Amino acid sequence: MEETKSVESRIQDELKANPIVAFVKGSPQFPMCGFSKGVMDVFRHIGVPFKTIDVLEDPEVREGVKKFTNWPTIPQVFVNGEFIGGFDIVRDLFERGELEPMLKKAVTTTKE
Amino acid sequence: MFSEEKLRDAVSLAFPGATVSVRDTTGTSDHFELVVVADAFTGKSLIERHRMIYAVLGEAVGGAIHALSIRAQTPAESR
Repeated sequence: MEETKSVESRIQDELKANPIVAFVKGSPQFPMCGFSKGVMDVFRHIGVPFKTIDVLEDPEVREGVKKFTNWPTIPQVFVNGEFIGGFDIVRDLFERGELEPMLKKAVTTTKE
Repeated sequence: MFSEEKLRDAVSLAFPGATVSVRDTTGTSDHFELVVVADAFTGKSLIERHRMIYAVLGEAVGGAIHALSIRAQTPAESR
């Protein structure tokens, strides 16, 4: 991400560019938190591409995303630019059978 | 540092009549599992329910409470 833009506009850019975005601790290869890993595991299980942003690499983004959503914790998941919650909500939506259709729809209706 | 009791009391006070259960998952008084079954959640989305709970706990979340796992259900959902 560029350094000169405001945190909020950097976050907006990521949300516009990727249908599924998760702000997490660590990376898919090296998750640094059980909840962040949980979110990434669910996405991989469903089999959709997703963008992760490691908040541990960028303290400004770590605080910026929490202000952006007025939500105090990481991970934070966005689908088509809309904040859908953290790990517990992603897990609940998955258990209800709502998550998979939501994610699959999001990745197949990307605007170019 | 927080305690199971403190967390349970704070949530029970904010959601009268709710069934609240709290578990310290690591034994270090800062990682908790919270289950709240309340009528107050009826008609509310999952995000709204979590926000209601975060509002009760305020700054403690991310502070004294390092990790909080939440299950927020209506009585019908919990059966």
